[in-house]
Order: sequence, then C-alpha cells, then structure tokens
Amino acid sequence: MGTDFLQYVISGITIGAIYAMVAIGYNIIYSVTEIINFAQGEFVMLGGLFAVFFAGTLHLPLYLAFICAVAVAGCIGLAMDRFIIGRARESSVLSLIIITIAVSILLKGSAMLGWGKDPYSLPAFSSGGPIMVAGAAIQPQALWIIGICALVVISLTLFFRKSVYGQAMLACANNPQAARLVGIPVRYMVFLSFILSAAIGAAAGVIITPVSMMEYERGALLGLKGFGAAALGGLGQFFGALVAGLILGLAESFCAGYLSSGYKDAVALVLLLMVLFLKPEGLFGNREAARLKKF
Amino acid sequence: MGRKNWLIMLGAAIFIGVFPWLVMPFKAVSHYVDVMVFAGIFSLVCIGLSLLMGYAGQISLAQAAFFGIGAYTSGILTSKFGVNPWLAMGGGTVVCATVAWVVGVPSLRLKGHYLAMATLGFGVIVNIIFAEEVNWTGGPSGMIDIPYLRMFGRKITSDLAWYYLVWGIVFLVLIFCFHVLHSRVGRALRAIHEDERAAESVGVPTAGFKVRVFMLSAVLASIAGSLYTHYVTCLNPSSFNLMWSIRFVLMVMVGGMQSLWGALVGTVLMTFVGNEWLQVFAELEILAYGAILLVVALFLPGGIVSIGGFRRKRRQSALEGAGT
Amino acid sequence: MKSAKNLIGLTVLGLLITAAVLFWSKGEGIAAEKEPYKIGAVFSITGGASLLGEPEKKTAEMIRDEINKQGGIDGHPLELIIYDDETDPTKCNLAVKKLIKKDEVPVIIGPSTSGTSLAVVGVAEEAQVPLVSCAASYKIVTPVETHKWIFKVAGSDSHVVGKMFDYMKSKKVSKIGIMTVSDGFGASGREELVRLAPEYGITIVADERYGPQDTDLSAQLTKIRSAQPDAVVNWSTGPTQVLAVKNWRDLGMDKIPLYQSHGFGNLKNLELAGKAAEGVILPLARVNVGNLLPDDQPQKKVIMEYTKSYDERYKEPVSSFGGHAWDSMHIAIAALKAVGPDPAKIRDHIENTKDFVGQHGIFKMSPQDHNGLSKDDLEMVVVKDGKWALAK
Repeated sequence: MGTDFLQYVISGITIGAIYAMVAIGYNIIYSVTEIINFAQGEFVMLGGLFAVFFAGTLHLPLYLAFICAVAVAGCIGLAMDRFIIGRARESSVLSLIIITIAVSILLKGSAMLGWGKDPYSLPAFSSGGPIMVAGAAIQPQALWIIGICALVVISLTLFFRKSVYGQAMLACANNPQAARLVGIPVRYMVFLSFILSAAIGAAAGVIITPVSMMEYERGALLGLKGFGAAALGGLGQFFGALVAGLILGLAESFCAGYLSSGYKDAVALVLLLMVLFLKPEGLFGNREAARLKKF
Repeated sequence: MGRKNWLIMLGAAIFIGVFPWLVMPFKAVSHYVDVMVFAGIFSLVCIGLSLLMGYAGQISLAQAAFFGIGAYTSGILTSKFGVNPWLAMGGGTVVCATVAWVVGVPSLRLKGHYLAMATLGFGVIVNIIFAEEVNWTGGPSGMIDIPYLRMFGRKITSDLAWYYLVWGIVFLVLIFCFHVLHSRVGRALRAIHEDERAAESVGVPTAGFKVRVFMLSAVLASIAGSLYTHYVTCLNPSSFNLMWSIRFVLMVMVGGMQSLWGALVGTVLMTFVGNEWLQVFAELEILAYGAILLVVALFLPGGIVSIGGFRRKRRQSALEGAGT
Repeated sequence: MKSAKNLIGLTVLGLLITAAVLFWSKGEGIAAEKEPYKIGAVFSITGGASLLGEPEKKTAEMIRDEINKQGGIDGHPLELIIYDDETDPTKCNLAVKKLIKKDEVPVIIGPSTSGTSLAVVGVAEEAQVPLVSCAASYKIVTPVETHKWIFKVAGSDSHVVGKMFDYMKSKKVSKIGIMTVSDGFGASGREELVRLAPEYGITIVADERYGPQDTDLSAQLTKIRSAQPDAVVNWSTGPTQVLAVKNWRDLGMDKIPLYQSHGFGNLKNLELAGKAAEGVILPLARVNVGNLLPDDQPQKKVIMEYTKSYDERYKEPVSSFGGHAWDSMHIAIAALKAVGPDPAKIRDHIENTKDFVGQHGIFKMSPQDHNGLSKDDLEMVVVKDGKWALAK
C-alpha cells in the first residue's frame, strides 16, 4: 500500500513538473503581452523532435542536442512574434486566439511533414536502472526532469525579481505606454518573452522524450494540461504555475491509481473548473491585479 | 427583422433551393449535396455560437460538447428506449438547456481568456464522459443501431430529402434568431456587448441575458446533434472533441461574427474547405488550412462578409469591443 | 524587327506541331488502352490513426504500380483513388459518399479504424457498393443480414484474445490485469478480453485505462501490480504500447509477464523499446514474422514477396496494417479480374472468396462470415534479442 502510494507520488511529481514548465511558458508571454499563446504545446513537441534530430540524425552529444533544440525552438518563437503576432498586436482577443491556433496548426503540420508520424525516443540523460526507494522505482530521468524544472523556476523568479531586464519586461505588461516613456524598448522585451517561452517549452519537450517519446501530435494535449496549470495557479504567476502543475500531476496520478484511470484527464479539468468558478484569478493570483488586466 | 435581411434571406433561400439541381447533373460535384447537408447541420451550431460571440460578446469552446450531448441523448433514447426520434430531439434540447444553465451561471461571470478556459474545460470533460461511459454511449468504438428519422411515416434516407430537411430547419432557426435580435432582448445584448457595466447601470439584467443566450446556443447545437445522429446513424466521441469546438469558432470567425449571415457563409465555406477543396494538397492540407486561418485572422478580422464593406461601420465598432 | 517576326512565326509553328503531336498521341493512347478499373480507398492518413493509415496508403499505391507495370487487370489500367479521412468519422462519411457519387467506384477498401468504418457502413449499404474495411471490430460485419455489402480483412479481436488466452492457459495463467487505451482499438480489445475471460477460466483482477497521448503509465501498472496478477495485458497502438513496455520494465515487474495486443506488431516498436521489450509476448499475424515461418507454410511466399518489395520501395519494415491494405487490395483486384467493374457481382465474388492466401491468413469468406479469418491465422510471438521469435 505504502509502496503504491509512493509510486503514485513519484509519477505525479514527474509529470507535474512538465505541466509546470509548459504553464510557465504561457505565463511569460502572458505577463508581457497579455496574449495566451495556444501554440505553446507545439514548442514542447518541437523541442523533443529537434533533440531527436540533433542527437539521432546528426549524432551530436546529448547535452549539445539539448542546447541546439532549445535554441532552434527559441528562434521559431522569435519568428512567430516577428512575422505573425507582431502584426496583430491591436487585434481583438478572439482574433489573437485564432491566430495562435493557426500557428499551432502550421507548426504541427510542418512537424508531420518533417518527421513523419512515428514516435521517436532519446536515450536517457544518465544511464543506469531505476533507483528503488522503499519498493517504489524512481527513474534517473525523473530526477533530471524535476531538477531542470526547479532550476527554470528559480532562475526565472530571480530574473523577474532582481534583474533590470526582468523588471523591464514586467513594466511592459503593466503599462506599455509608460514603459516606452521611461525608455524601455518594448518591442525587444516582447521578442525576449517569446524566445524565453518557446525555449522553456522546448526544454520540457527534450527532457520528457527519453521517458515518454515524442511524435507530432503530442503538443496539443500537453499544451492543454499546461494551460490548465497556468490558469489554476493564476495567469502570470510563476510560483503558482509550479505548485499548480504539481497539484495537477499528483491529482491525475492519484485518480488513475485510486479512482478510475479512464477519468484521469477529467480530474485535472474538474479541478480547473472549480477554481475558475470559486476563485477565478487562480489559486495564487491577486484579485485586484486580475481586475486591472484587459481580459 | 429588417427589410434588408428579408431580401438576403429570400436570395439565400432561392440559392439553397436550386443548389442541388445545379450540381447534381455534374458528376464531379454531385456529392456537394452531401457536403451541404453537413454544412447545414454545422450551421445550426454556428448560428447559436454567432449569437453568443458576435452579439453577446462571449466566447465558448464547448459547442461541440453541446452538439454531442444532443447527439448522444437522441441516440440513446431512440436506440435503447425506442423513443420517437422527434421526441428524442426535444429531449436533447431539454437536457442541453439544463446543462447549459448549470454551467453557464458560474462560467459567464468570467471574461475573455477565463471564459474560454472554463468552456474548454467543460467541453473536454463531456468528451471524456462520452468515451468512458461505454455501457451508454458505446465508448470510443462507437454507438451503432441508431434508427433512421421518419417523417409522414416514411424513412428519410435519400440525401436530397436530408438536404431540404436540414436547410429548412436552418431557415426556420434564422428567422427565429432575427426576431430575437430585433426584440428587446437583442437591444439588451447589444448594450451588453458595447459596455457591460453601462448596461447594468441602466437596469439591464446582464447576467440573466448572457445565460439565456448561452442556453439558446446550446439548444441549437443540440438540435444539430440530433440531426447528425440520425443522418450518420453512428456516433463516435471523436466527432465531438475539442478540435470540433475550435472548428466551430473558426467557422464563425471566418464568416464574420457580427452578423448571422457571416456564421452561415463561414460554415458553408469552411465545410467545403475542410472536406473538399484542400484535398488537392494531400499531405500539405493541414498547412493550407492553417495558412487560410492565419490570413483571415490577420487581414480580414471582420470575416468574409466584411469584404463588401457591408455594414462595416457597426461591425468595426463592435469588433473593437469583442471579447472584452 | 524582322527577327522578332520570325521568332513569333517559329513559336506558332512549334506550338502547332506540339498540339498536333499531343492530339495524335492521345488518340492513339485511347485506342491502345482499355477503360481503367477503379478502386476507391479511404484511409486515416493523418490524425490519431495515422500510424495505421500511412502504411496502408503506401501499400495500396505500391500494389497499384505493380499491377499497372504488369499491364493492368486484363489490360485495364488500375486507377486507385485514395482519400484521407483524418481519423474523423464525419470526414470519412463524406469521403465514402464522394467515392460513390463523384468517382463512381465499384468497390471501396478501408477505412482504417473501427470508429470510422462504423460511420460509413450505412452509406455503403444504402448505395449498394461493396466495402472491404481494414478495421477489426466485429460490429462492422455483423449481423450479416444488414451488412450485406460490408466485409473486413482484419481478424476480429475475439480471434486475437482467443489465441492469447489459449496460450495463457498452457502457461497456467489464471489471473490477469488488463490495461487498454481509450480509443476504438483499445475499447474493442477490452470488450473482448472481458467477454471471453470467463470462457477460458481466466479472472481479470485489474482493469485500467489510459488516453492515447498519455506520457506515463506507471500509475496504472502500479495499481495492476498491487492486484497480483499472473500476467499483464496491454492493448493499444502507437507510442503508448512502447510506454507500457518501458514503464513495466522500470517498475521492475519482470516477474509478471507482459502480453501486448497485435498492435505491437511493428519492428519500429522494438527499436523504440530497445532492451526493455525482451520477453514481451503477443499474438501476431504471419505477415510480421514471414522469415520465421517454415517453407511449406502456404502464406510464406506472398509474405516474403510483400516484405521484400515494401522494404525496397519505402526503406521501412512492413506492419500488420499495411498487410490489411494488401489483403483488401488483392481481394478487390481478384474480384475485378473475375467479374469486371460491377458492384453487385464484385460483392458476390468477394462473399465467395475461398482459400485466398493473404498476408493475414487464408481467407474463407461465406454468406455467414464476411471476414473469413480465425484464431488459427495467428502465431504467438515473443521478443528475443530485439527480434520476433515464435513462442513455445
């Protein structure tokens, strides 16, 4: 009994960390531009597949493949803003939702043409079998996932709290006009947000590919779960996204273990609906701040 | 309902009436009648969505779920309990309206992205229920043995009969919706769309109106679902998933959401684009579909019906407020 | 100026000659060739079941080219019209109507999945055009009275489950935990597992489900492990079946043997799962294990030919799904060859197909059985050193 519980906790935290990273991707763009980028899940997929390309086809060492994949995804994120979103900054929320959905369809279609429909895998970051703790198995890759997720959250929090650039990015979100007046290059800050968010999504994609493989269709569902985590934690809240991601992962894992594995995906969404209905600004969102936002 | 709308309606009705006779003699396009049957069914969903999006300014990513609730209610009542299909269709609308009320009251207090999320979450949950309750819905392998629709004691099987049945219902619904829009309710909706707080301050019960429009859109989707059930005579959860909810929103957007005609044009056009015209691209179809969406959203935010400059001013002003 | 005139004159002359040549050669072409025979096909080339539709499309196209290279069917070139249903029942329904009305095909092969097949059974039945589905669910062809025009070349899940349970009984397995994916493939498999288990004296002690895009199955496997079964059965297609193997190995469940469905029958899955797949047991159609068959096995010849030419053309191993397309294509071609492009005659011919040696077995169709396969057309296979081996 105890062993099973531990196993559910481990797999819940592992997948929760991935949801958290996807949620953070949504949050970065949302913080700076108040846009929800529905193509976020596709960056996860692209990250995984590009890593497969660099490691499998070009035979680069794994760490280089990781960096290259994240860099390429960052460039795609930049291009997405430079050539598409940037032209539609003044559009209505609905138009922006449609535009990002269209981009996600394009990215998914290109991935299908580029990699075909088969799933791909990567070798684990460190070799060796699972570590047994009180009868429960922990894969070394799960530790990598949790570690990298923690690293991303800590460095982003520091970036936004302490660094000039981070502060400048947040200023753009609060009031772009005022930000421009005090000399912040708003345009570049928006670019930066898209690059960062695509790169973090891609990193999440690379680190789960050894565990769960990756194929062109995977993005949408991961995007949806990450979106759920972002909303649950409160849009724009990095710490909230981390906690919400873990809550989602654990809830799914426990539901699959103790209730019904078929309704696993529903649990996360029921949780999301309850939070939206009872505390719409999210678990960690600020009600006053949420009211100030445009949407 | 204005004179201009009557004229457009007359023109549209004549076009729909003669369309099959225009395409049927030509083998290469004879199956367009079938595509139009689906387009008509989807139009019902999109007209409801257009009321909600364009007139009340609320987004819903749950229309496929209501479409599915109507479809499965019809399917279960007719195939497992032997209920008359028309009665079952009525049953579907009651179920949908109830569910829409329960979901709508808390959801519609939310705005913009949050509303999109809430409806999206609800839609996905409903889809999971379709897939999991195997004993009732047949699960992912599908529900079969659904009887054909009967009218005047005869089975409706021919595509032409379906075509006129579906489009007849579409026009009835259109007339009904135009009446609603030109009544006190319509004026209230426009007021909500322009400025919700102002509307509230002059005594418009905004929350109640929004919920009622949401329920109306759910009922229309439910009727569409019942028709779909008896037309295809087989149900599968994948016909009612999130992708379809998104497709319905896209149909309304592409047509232009500030007029019901936009929903109609967009639905017919996107049904043909999705099922017919992009097939020449084969594997590249998905890219072409994405590109079309992108172009429309970037360069034609008012949708197809805005091309002619038709009622441009009102739509423009309405669009700026869209989704806020 | 003059040279310009000359140039125009030359161009006009050139165009005239080209037109004349084209006209003439076209005229000759019509005289030499007989009217083409059409086969309509609907596969899930994109969308959720693209792993099924892709090899099916490739196989069908390969066979078309082979037939046309050999001079067609009795001199009639073979025209293959393929539509992609994107694994969507609505699109599939429209695609079949289009094949019937626009392209006027006398026989249709596909669709790829049970869900899409069930959505078009009524259409083909109403239009009286024979349809040879590549999907497994028994619902597609039963009851035969109302499914006169529908056939399927994929063995029913009851055959696969029956074969698997026979083997389990010989290994003294009495308690099993099952995990199935919640799509048409998994749901159909689950129905049969649950239905047939009592007949074979097998108890299902855990019954878990998961989504086709899940990234982790440890929770389901952990739950199964705590129910202490003698074996685990996983039933899915695509990446989740590899995930099941990996998670099963990582959780250290080696002592509880893992059985997979026939969906695992693709060498790519072995590559992806790597060492973790050692010892996995599954029932497989012979198309996947051609080289293991004894030489006197009647299917060996067609399977080896298909395996070789598919590998040469596409540089990838054959899958069981491509095998379905091979079977349906050749059954349709045989009917066209025998009776010509008349839907009613083709239907009768297919219904009387006897001892047709295909990739998935030796088909024995009859008015009572529109599938013609049985559990004897499967082999139990175990993964050994990264390859298939016949299980003893």
